[in-house]
Amino acid sequence: MSQAKFLLIRLIKAIMVLLAVTVFSFGLIRAAPGDPATVLAGEQGAVDPEFLDRVRARYGLDRPMHEQLFKYVAGIAVLDFGDSYQHNRPVIDLIAERLPATLLLTMTAFVLALLGGVAMGVTAAKHVGKWPDAVITVAALIFFALPLFWVGLMFILLFSVQLGLLPAFGMATIGTDMSLLGRALDVGWHLIMPAATLGLLYLATYTRMTRASVLEVMDLDFVRTARAKGLGERRIWRRHILKNAILPIITLASLQAGHLVGGAVLTETVFAWPGIGRLAFDALLQRDYNLLLAIFIVASAFVVFFNLVADLVYSLADPRIEVNA
Amino acid sequence: MNDFAKRFLRSRSGMIGLVLLILLVLLAIFADVVYPGDPWRMVGRPNLPPFSEGFMFGTDQLGRDVAAGIVHGARISLLIGFASSVVALGVGVVVGAVAGYFSGWLDDVLMRFTEFFQTIPSFMLAIVLVAIFSPTLTSIVTAIAVVSWPPIARLVRAEFLTLRQRDFVKAAQVGGHSQFNIILHQVLPNALSPVIVMASLMVAAAILIESGLSFLGLGDRNYITWGFMIGAGRTMIRHAWWLSAIPGLAIFVTVLALNLFGQGLSDVLNPRLSRSNRT
Amino acid sequence: MISQALKPVINIRDLSIALPQGADRAFAVQDLTLDLNRDEILCVVGESGSGKSLLAGAIMGLLPQGVTISSGTINFGDQNLTELSETAYRKVRGARIAMVFQEPMTALNPVLTVHEQINEALVAHGVRDSAERNSRILELLDATGLPDPATLQHRYPFRLSGGQRQRAMIAMALALEPDVLIADEPTTALDVTTQKQILELLRDIQRQRQLAVLFITHDFGVVAEIADRVAVMQFGELVEEGRAADVLDRPKHPYSQRLIAAVRGMSETARPVAPQIENPILSIRGATKTYSAGKSGFWSNSKRRIKALDNVSLDVGQGETLGIVGESGSGKTTLGQSVVQLVDLDSGEIRYRGQSIQAMDRKTRAQMRPKIQIIFQDPYASLNPRHRISRALTETQMIHGTPRKDALLRAQNMLDLVGLEKSALDRYPHEFSGGQRQRIGIARALVMDPDLIVADEAVSALDVSIQAQVLELLADIRKRLNLSMLFITHDLRVAAQVCDRIAVMRRGEVVEIGQAAAVLENPQHEYTRLLCDSMPGLDWFANHPMENVG
Repeated sequence: MSQAKFLLIRLIKAIMVLLAVTVFSFGLIRAAPGDPATVLAGEQGAVDPEFLDRVRARYGLDRPMHEQLFKYVAGIAVLDFGDSYQHNRPVIDLIAERLPATLLLTMTAFVLALLGGVAMGVTAAKHVGKWPDAVITVAALIFFALPLFWVGLMFILLFSVQLGLLPAFGMATIGTDMSLLGRALDVGWHLIMPAATLGLLYLATYTRMTRASVLEVMDLDFVRTARAKGLGERRIWRRHILKNAILPIITLASLQAGHLVGGAVLTETVFAWPGIGRLAFDALLQRDYNLLLAIFIVASAFVVFFNLVADLVYSLADPRIEVNA
Repeated sequence: MNDFAKRFLRSRSGMIGLVLLILLVLLAIFADVVYPGDPWRMVGRPNLPPFSEGFMFGTDQLGRDVAAGIVHGARISLLIGFASSVVALGVGVVVGAVAGYFSGWLDDVLMRFTEFFQTIPSFMLAIVLVAIFSPTLTSIVTAIAVVSWPPIARLVRAEFLTLRQRDFVKAAQVGGHSQFNIILHQVLPNALSPVIVMASLMVAAAILIESGLSFLGLGDRNYITWGFMIGAGRTMIRHAWWLSAIPGLAIFVTVLALNLFGQGLSDVLNPRLSRSNRT
Repeated sequence: MISQALKPVINIRDLSIALPQGADRAFAVQDLTLDLNRDEILCVVGESGSGKSLLAGAIMGLLPQGVTISSGTINFGDQNLTELSETAYRKVRGARIAMVFQEPMTALNPVLTVHEQINEALVAHGVRDSAERNSRILELLDATGLPDPATLQHRYPFRLSGGQRQRAMIAMALALEPDVLIADEPTTALDVTTQKQILELLRDIQRQRQLAVLFITHDFGVVAEIADRVAVMQFGELVEEGRAADVLDRPKHPYSQRLIAAVRGMSETARPVAPQIENPILSIRGATKTYSAGKSGFWSNSKRRIKALDNVSLDVGQGETLGIVGESGSGKTTLGQSVVQLVDLDSGEIRYRGQSIQAMDRKTRAQMRPKIQIIFQDPYASLNPRHRISRALTETQMIHGTPRKDALLRAQNMLDLVGLEKSALDRYPHEFSGGQRQRIGIARALVMDPDLIVADEAVSALDVSIQAQVLELLADIRKRLNLSMLFITHDLRVAAQVCDRIAVMRRGEVVEIGQAAAVLENPQHEYTRLLCDSMPGLDWFANHPMENVG
């Protein structure tokens, strides 16, 4: 099957998944206790009769169910998620505004976790049974068990409150006038703790997976063949062991990349990071379920997108995978 | 069975995990004995630091005993953790077994269904579900179960797919055993080992999700939970850091215990995977 | 005074290889003394657990974790390999001593092309000029008989067939023109026709380059085919050694005698004339089954249709043993599975005692099911590891209504019949050896008192000496219980020993069928002829009848 056809089919599948997510959200709104209009309007909007009427009209709440569903889905298809009363703006604008901050945070955490985790996992496997392995395995075990939001708070406690080294909240220092470089560094400074917090869990995961994968590949026949050819250890590690061990990691990483966008809620809340996770928390407090679900759908869209990327990346890395649905 | 128990005793991580777990469970069961009464009561001066007279973990801004909160909170965390895991296991095993054993269109449909739930960001879904249906013990347990079952289904399906091809299963088929009989007696006992390991890790994950939800204010307000304590203590972090620190440690110890226990189980059930004692 | 040319290339003296604590014996190899000479093929023969593979590993300096050389020397030229540093060893491996392994599927790196894998060996040993490397790679691939080397070299291993991968491995081994080639069961995982080709290739290459070849195998037929000298190993000790012709003709050690007798016995066809097939117990007509590989469904259109069975028609007479012989992909397994109703035919009919199974209603089918039973190939996968033997032998009976006490009694009788103790009932499968598990599998098949047994490669996974025992057992049982049998195998030798008639299958079709002796001595179809020719050592054993051995 040609590359183009493969992509087309995967694209259609992706769209169908998104459709399912949208219908699911629609179902959730209906399933929520109370009048759908108040559910969609949010706590603040529900007390404003004019806003309520707009909501009724926008979502066709007096119309039969299938028309409502159609309106809902059609709206989302053109990226119209309705308006947020509390912020007094279209939801899509809100999301678009906050998305870059989340992407910055999650991508940084992801890359650090991936690189660190793979490095640690390979080291542990190379020295299996000896002290570096023990230290790394224990470390991974500990990181795995730490609650994310608590770690963030403890970081703040240590580095902001006690040591006064790092800023506790937000993405940037407001007010002061800075050059572009200065601004970038300022953001970077704010980024350290949240990214470390978010990355810690994934670091543990990648360390474990890499260690297990490398240990498994080390025992395979073709590694023995490579040794029998008289190749040097470094070459064997690079081209034979690691090149094969990395394959399941790539799969896992690509799949996880998509989930990061929706998984930053706790971190952003703890650090008051101005991303869509924080926005979701605000929506939660305000019972603005429309906004909450909109974020939910957007986060799902990212997962779907990254799954597609994952397939492509993997098919490039593993020659055994032919471009097949 | 004895053989299994003996090997487990030799697993250091497994034993540490088990011992910790037993302690925690005992603590939770006897919470009323150790700290009788309502943990929400005000019993002392506010903001007492840990190791103060009579208050091992100190008190919060309203003079409530932190230690009482920890012990009673253990109940909820463990309860929700186990309950949601049982539900998730139930759903996951059934879906996975049916998909893996019968294949064909049934497998396709069930897998699409499973994939759907794996595509949605799980923590967000949990938040959405608990928010919409109001935080109660039931809704929390359900929400966590809903986001936890897909990996079990996947695992069981994979196990069933391989086991179904095994000769001893075919022998049973040739012997005329019914499908149900074969699934239950031939395949399932052999598929359980990895599922059991995953189950223990799932309880740990469930506790983490529950505490995250509580932290955001989505816990059941009738009960005191560790996540809630951390969230409440957040505003006081400059002056009364122990209010957030200690409940977090409690979560950490519990999750660690479960992970160690799971690790021990894995070592025993899959001896060839534990590389440190290879021949 | 031995001139340089006559000195052995590899001289192993009093070699002992120690196994780690907890292994079933202390030494894998004990006090072994053996020479490998220039320009010869030395076959090291032994069954599983003989230590032959570890011997090869020791020569290459590639012993697994925990396994060490505890004493002795391995002299290669003027170097003692046992004392070589890792760096120095690396210069020897691949360049002066090269190795070819057993499983072509897994012995090549799946993410590197054939070219890349040969290239890196050349680079590692100092061939700097890339043009020279490229031309050498093409030469090698051509010398090992690979088609279109220029294109094939850029393919990934998964694209090549088993035989092609093995040729590529051999090419890779020869890349640096080594003095010694060690081949560890290189043809065991291949089809018999492919095996013959690879054996020929190895023999040609050895002659052309005057290599010293150490060929490890468990098959004395292979020894008869290519060996100049033979060394027989048992439990880590060298029990016999000498020129191939001498050992094959007049084996001195009882173990060698047993192994050779087992192989020889299988090449001799002394089957009496088969019984009449008037009322066949099993009758297959027009059996057809097609598999579609690859995902089917709405989205995909990549379906490869494989015809497993193509209009197959056969009869099995009462008390007869019909052999189904074929290589992988012949459809023999599918046929066997369809007879026991594990697989449904697309079209065609299977008749049991004249009644069509396809036409039966569910109840009748369920009732006659116990009458046709099956014995599987892999003794390690055919018993449920979590059930005791008693359960394996009584469960089916009880499902069909036999009370527990009677079922247990019958189970005991069956165990007795297959030569196992009653105490086996309380134990788990992992406590038994492969041969014993296969006996339990036979007991399980017999416990329901069947009329017909399908033996699906029932002895293929067993060591040669155990094979002989199990085949004897089967022959005994068949006679006693007047059983009919459908004996599926890829090994014509085994079929000839056991079967009354033989049907040869290829790609879903029966290409020839007839009396066992006739099929072997006078094959009509060209494929049958090819199979007969490919049987390793057939010529030799045919021309060297057994002398009187005690």
